[in-house]
Amino acid sequence: TSNERLLIKGGRVVNDDQSFYADVYVEDGVIKQVGENLVVPGGVRVVEAEGRMVIPGGIDTNTCLNKAYLDSPPVDDFYQGTKAALAGGTTMIIDHVTPQPGTSLLQVFEQWQEVADRKCCCDYSLHVDIPQWDEGVKDELEVLVQEKGINSFQVYMAYKDLFQMTDTQLYEAFSFLSNLGAVVLVHAENGDLIAQEQKKILEMGITGPEGHPLSRPEELEAEAVFRAITIGNRVNCPVYITRVMSKSAADTLTQARRKGCVVFGEPLTASLATDGSHYWNRNWAKAAACVTSPPLSPDPTTPQHLHTLLACGDLQVVGSGHCAYSTAQKAIGKDNFTLIPEGTNGLEERMGFVWDRAAALGKMDENQFVAVTSTNAAKIFNLYPRKGRIAVGSDADIVIWDPDRIKTITAKLQQSALEYNIFEGMECRGVPVLVVSQGRVVYEDDKLNVQQGTGRFIPRKPFPDHAYQRINTRNKVIGRQAVSRGVYDGPVYDVPSTPKYITPAPSAKTSPTTQQPPPIRNLHQSNFSLSGAQVDDNVPRRSGHRIIAPPGGRSNITSLG
Amino acid sequence: MFFSTVNTAFQWKREKNDKLIIKGGKIVNDDQSFYADIYIEDGTIKQIGENLIVPSGVKTVDAYGHIVIPGGIDVNTSLQAPHMGMSPADDFYHGTRAALAGGTTMIIDHVVPEPGASLLAAFDQWRDTADKRSCCDYSLHIDITRWHEGMFEELETLVKDHGVNSFLVYMAYKDKYQSSDSQMYEIFSILRDLGAIAQVHAENGDIIDEEQKKLLDLGITGPEGHVLSHSEEVETEAVYRAITIAKQANCPLYVTKVMSKPAADVVAKARKKGMVVYGEPITASLGTDGSHYWSKNWAKAAAFVMSPPLSPDPATPDYLNSMLSCGDLQVTASAHCTFSTAQKAVGKDNFTFIPEGTNGIEERMSIVWDKAVATGKMDENEFVAVTSTNAAKIFNLYPRKGRIAVGSDADLVIWNTKETKTFSAKSHNLTVEMNIFEGMECRGFPVVVISQGRIILEGEKLDVMEGSGRFVPRKAFPDYVYKRIKARSRMAEARGVPRGNYDGPVHDVISMTKSVPPTPTTRGPSCPGKTTAGPARNLHQSGFTLSGTQMDDHIPRRTAQRIVAPPGGRSNITSLS
Repeated sequence: TSNERLLIKGGRVVNDDQSFYADVYVEDGVIKQVGENLVVPGGVRVVEAEGRMVIPGGIDTNTCLNKAYLDSPPVDDFYQGTKAALAGGTTMIIDHVTPQPGTSLLQVFEQWQEVADRKCCCDYSLHVDIPQWDEGVKDELEVLVQEKGINSFQVYMAYKDLFQMTDTQLYEAFSFLSNLGAVVLVHAENGDLIAQEQKKILEMGITGPEGHPLSRPEELEAEAVFRAITIGNRVNCPVYITRVMSKSAADTLTQARRKGCVVFGEPLTASLATDGSHYWNRNWAKAAACVTSPPLSPDPTTPQHLHTLLACGDLQVVGSGHCAYSTAQKAIGKDNFTLIPEGTNGLEERMGFVWDRAAALGKMDENQFVAVTSTNAAKIFNLYPRKGRIAVGSDADIVIWDPDRIKTITAKLQQSALEYNIFEGMECRGVPVLVVSQGRVVYEDDKLNVQQGTGRFIPRKPFPDHAYQRINTRNKVIGRQAVSRGVYDGPVYDVPSTPKYITPAPSAKTSPTTQQPPPIRNLHQSNFSLSGAQVDDNVPRRSGHRIIAPPGGRSNITSLG
Repeated sequence: MFFSTVNTAFQWKREKNDKLIIKGGKIVNDDQSFYADIYIEDGTIKQIGENLIVPSGVKTVDAYGHIVIPGGIDVNTSLQAPHMGMSPADDFYHGTRAALAGGTTMIIDHVVPEPGASLLAAFDQWRDTADKRSCCDYSLHIDITRWHEGMFEELETLVKDHGVNSFLVYMAYKDKYQSSDSQMYEIFSILRDLGAIAQVHAENGDIIDEEQKKLLDLGITGPEGHVLSHSEEVETEAVYRAITIAKQANCPLYVTKVMSKPAADVVAKARKKGMVVYGEPITASLGTDGSHYWSKNWAKAAAFVMSPPLSPDPATPDYLNSMLSCGDLQVTASAHCTFSTAQKAVGKDNFTFIPEGTNGIEERMSIVWDKAVATGKMDENEFVAVTSTNAAKIFNLYPRKGRIAVGSDADLVIWNTKETKTFSAKSHNLTVEMNIFEGMECRGFPVVVISQGRIILEGEKLDVMEGSGRFVPRKAFPDYVYKRIKARSRMAEARGVPRGNYDGPVHDVISMTKSVPPTPTTRGPSCPGKTTAGPARNLHQSGFTLSGTQMDDHIPRRTAQRIVAPPGGRSNITSLS
């Protein structure tokens, strides 16, 4: 139990806003004191940081450790996966619950939680993916948000006829989720076009993994990102783009942020560290190992570009998208690339590559490094300041980071159960030398000391300030008002009573409770339900009303001159 | 004298107007301007030059001090398409009459078949009416209002036998005209193979539908609801998506009705990336803005209702004129589609029922001159390009239309660049009682308009002949558009990687799986006659159908094959180290 009390001495504490030299005292899994010359009880274990960085443990916002493909689970489950996380300096994961269409979200969520509680070695939380949109889902979402501590849900714009939602469904889902105060995660790829391209490419006789990127060009990713942001902005809902894999998708997102959209982007370890040239590898197994969606971009300058955007704040969060399938599992698609289960490793390598490719090169400073690997995620998903910060009262998830040590990535030395690592042979500067999770030292001297089932489920409240402050203000400001006009009393063309043409009326299928305006002239309905103005109401407008009255407006309705 | 007198009798019938000489004007084409006289006979330009030798008795038209330009081509009109059973107030007669009065000598009208109806039947109906009523040459676009596989043959017939090379696809009007992304991809692929141009009405119909519901629920029923539910973003999103789909299908794309700054920007950006895409702002978006939707006068506000709507951003017209001037947008049209106030009033209690469309056929050229040329944004040659030449090139009418040259049709306009003219419902040549450009004073207007070699407008006098307009067929594969597309089709052959068979372990999939793999859906057999790949492992299918290589084929690759082999590639399949 000596591990329960811990003093980290002589390190430089690095948060996202500042760095300073201080000791950190940990007790009962919580940071109790931060400062110099701390007074601590005797018998406390002292860890010498020797001037190295002491940073908040990493948060990996995108893992799939329990997502079965054709009923076979990934080789890295919650135990194997969180071991890899801790070995790489990540002390919390948010895993995706991936129900199949037609199943109950709540049930699948509980099943996930049960497995994770048994196996996780670090704290975890869960995103829930919405496999299809219907009325029944709404009640479950409400329960998940209000009672189960889930504030983020993923929707799919790809996987046609399986998970894909139409724009109408996205609109409804976004509206509903923003009312609940949740963050909408979007898998952004145009599924319709992918299905068409897959057909075409298979017909051409291309069945290998190169067919995967060929059928999912980055334009389709960028298009979907653009569309998702448009819908998010119409509905005034925060949008979080998972898996930003290409330059064009990242640029689309960047431009939207310039225009004020509340949107966040998450590049992955894979898109930050390697590129899609490997799909053309002659070794089928290596090529297949890189299959993930959206695919890695064949453009070799992509990782650099994404790092640059991370460094300047245009992209905010680094996830891993870790979803590990063995070569035998991948080989299910050996004769048809559309059957290759999707996913790469990246959980263990995530923080190292951000350091190596961005911080070590001077693109990014150490504070921004902490922001993109931990703090921003904590803020967006409402874990802050419990997670993502070294401060009194925060969870004792702490990493001592050596920015100079170099590690060579290889499947032989990794925690993951995969037989092949897509970063095989790459050198990476920057490694964790000691990892503290829940106040316990779990990784030290390249050795893990973990215990299955110690990870706790961390519930997350809705309406995270970081995402919702602006949304809430905008909801208040953007009141749409009708123009108060007199009733039009001029001639009305007589429409044939049985028009052959279908009127473009809003269809009533989706909002049964709301009153539909009856077709054509309804003389009982007036224009004035909202503003309260009347026909003869000529008092000047109150300044609170945002009515735009352009020049030429007249309240006389029928005269045309 | 080198011209024959074979058709003398015929010429006598068509009066002396058949032979004309235009003297003293400055001829302005899209590439250059020069002083020369023009001699016209039989509806065709026969000679251009100075001191022409012409037969006696030829009527002389004086163009001193003015410029002589090719007649305008308005590539977007709806003079026949009904809305909820209501015919537009301006039909082919009134519409083309107004066109001629404004300096436009050719229109391309949209055939809008009822969803599910035969395209050919609709086309015949349109031709029938237009042949009887049109006063100037015309051609037709066909709108694909509901896509199904069986349409392929009709499209082929229309392109090959009926001279139609442009088809419009709707991304809006949900549950009525709207096409899904998959359908658009299929349509675009077919149009590319046929050598036609895909036009899009670019707005996200799904979002619009939801927003309309929301606004009506809020109690907003007036015309301002129209612009609130059709926001710029919705237009921009659709333009972006249409371009993405066109890129995938390698099909040229023509975006009709570019109404907002961000939509225009998306077109411009795509062009900078090399996309074959064209953008068409219209008279309304170049001449006015969407602030009028908030007019207290219902009739006035409703007169502006069209889709995509005019942008409430007052800087939009200026911006679009600039984009037009620098070549980022290429064609100006009018999207003329007028309904009387009584017809618009069908939607007086619900903005979604207001029939959509504004005027603009008569004002189009003057507005471009006034907003772009007179302000110094654009030169006179570029003016000709955006009002006629570019359209003629894109839609394969060039050089018959869109150019003043020997052999071209005698569709000419003598353009007064110095004086101004004021637009008003009182003086326009339309039947509608509203003009959205009411009171606007524009520099630049036609003083003489010649169509098919006949003087139609001279001074204030308009002398049209109903039914004199001819249908002008357009061939497929316009060079201006398709040269690049063809070259890209040749380059874009994707190739498989020649690998040995994977002979490692394969995870045994339980045969009774509940979950469905994310396979390409087999819905809609889009390519009849072609086999689709089987859903699961098909051991009979090898990876080598295309490249022809075999497992032990270690001979070096031929250079003609475009195989990308990244570093680290090895032909040994199973070892991972």
